[in-house]
Amino acid sequence: MTLSLTTYAAPSRFYAAAGAWVPWCWAVAALFGAAGLYTGFAIAPTDFQQGDAYRIIFIHVPAAWMSMWLYLVMAFWAAIGWMLNARMSAMLARAVAPTGAMFTFIALWTGALWGKPTWGTWWVWDARLTSEFILLLLYGGYIALTEAIDDPRRAANAGALLALVGVVNVPIIYFSVRWWNTLHQGSSINLGAAPKMAATMLTAMLLMTVCFWAYSFAVVFTRARAVVLEQESDTDWVKALARPEGTQ
Amino acid sequence: MSSMILTVARRDLLLARRRRVEALLPLGFFVVAAGLFPIGVGPEPQTLRQIAPGVVWVCALLAAMLSVTQMFASDHQDGSLEQMLLSPQPLLLLVLGKVLAHWLASGLPLVLAAPLIGLLFGMHAPAIATLTATLLLGTPILSLLGAVGAALTLGLRSGAALVFLLVLPLTVPALIFGTGAVVAVDSGLSAQAHFSLLGALLILNGLGAPLAAAAALRISLD
Repeated sequence: MTLSLTTYAAPSRFYAAAGAWVPWCWAVAALFGAAGLYTGFAIAPTDFQQGDAYRIIFIHVPAAWMSMWLYLVMAFWAAIGWMLNARMSAMLARAVAPTGAMFTFIALWTGALWGKPTWGTWWVWDARLTSEFILLLLYGGYIALTEAIDDPRRAANAGALLALVGVVNVPIIYFSVRWWNTLHQGSSINLGAAPKMAATMLTAMLLMTVCFWAYSFAVVFTRARAVVLEQESDTDWVKALARPEGTQ
Repeated sequence: MSSMILTVARRDLLLARRRRVEALLPLGFFVVAAGLFPIGVGPEPQTLRQIAPGVVWVCALLAAMLSVTQMFASDHQDGSLEQMLLSPQPLLLLVLGKVLAHWLASGLPLVLAAPLIGLLFGMHAPAIATLTATLLLGTPILSLLGAVGAALTLGLRSGAALVFLLVLPLTVPALIFGTGAVVAVDSGLSAQAHFSLLGALLILNGLGAPLAAAAALRISLD
């Protein structure tokens, strides 16, 4: 069998292959997650300024990275699905969105948990916080739009257009929010001036990032398989899956 | 080319004039919503003056989103939108004409009403002038972005509510620079940079949004 980039563009082949990949993704996620959490919570030294509260960055920073990456991944697959009329890409884009929204929410939530002991407040309208919040709204808009449209093709294409408009606007929003922030109030917290990180902290953060990537793959593949079954429910191979073993 | 835009705009304006009350609903919403703030926040003149630019801008955003779903909806219902899509004229011009009509019918009234709201909030004259000028530059951006949202949600049950969720996050830069200009003038600074950025946003959206809206119309009516 020759493998090419388009091999898994057929939903049936993707369904089978993704089913085989999912356990491996979970294994990688569990392995790196355990290693990352152990490094972050047991080995990494306590910060002399922030105490143990800083340890939430091992979840917070990778989650924030994932929230931005997954938006790009979603927009990429949505655009491919729209331009090349590839159904599988569109389904994949749709499967990415909830995971991206979840990581955005985790980034905001853990940021608030970190902010309370460190800054003394759950929330400040800092440029990063505000743009992350708007990112959550963009995810929400994408999910709401694709869910509101019944026709899967129109839902996929409309979602793709919205995701692309979002990608173009994200830098504009980010810089405008940054400027707004410096205009309205002197920046009381400077994230950029944090002390240099110890090597163990960086290791823990990278391990957690790998864990989150693997987790994303596992969840997105699982969700994409469900979307495939839903949208291909009138094809023969899905009907054959639904039949009990041995019957015709 | 421009005759096509004008024809579409004139037709939409004519239709709006036949239903005058309906066309003025966004303006009514704008005045009511802005008028509720002093009652909710309290009549303290200092506070009101401080929140005025934000209140006027946010109410203008909401009012624009309220009316924007009507841009394509009635033409979609009676089928004339599909005929327009079939016509040999570029879809881009149709969208531009509709955006122009929407801005004239519901954006411009907001701009004209803004000084009045400014007076109600006790703003100073230079701040009121700046606020009106930013709205003059900003409301076309809202109509342009709104057109994309309206085209994407065409014919959906929850379309009117969806437009708010889809479009409002994208209007954040316009809101920031629009209110920023007023704040700058109020604190004795130049609003030049804000106006330049608002103008740049208008140009960017003027170039990009009609294309996106035309593509969205094709997707929705496929």
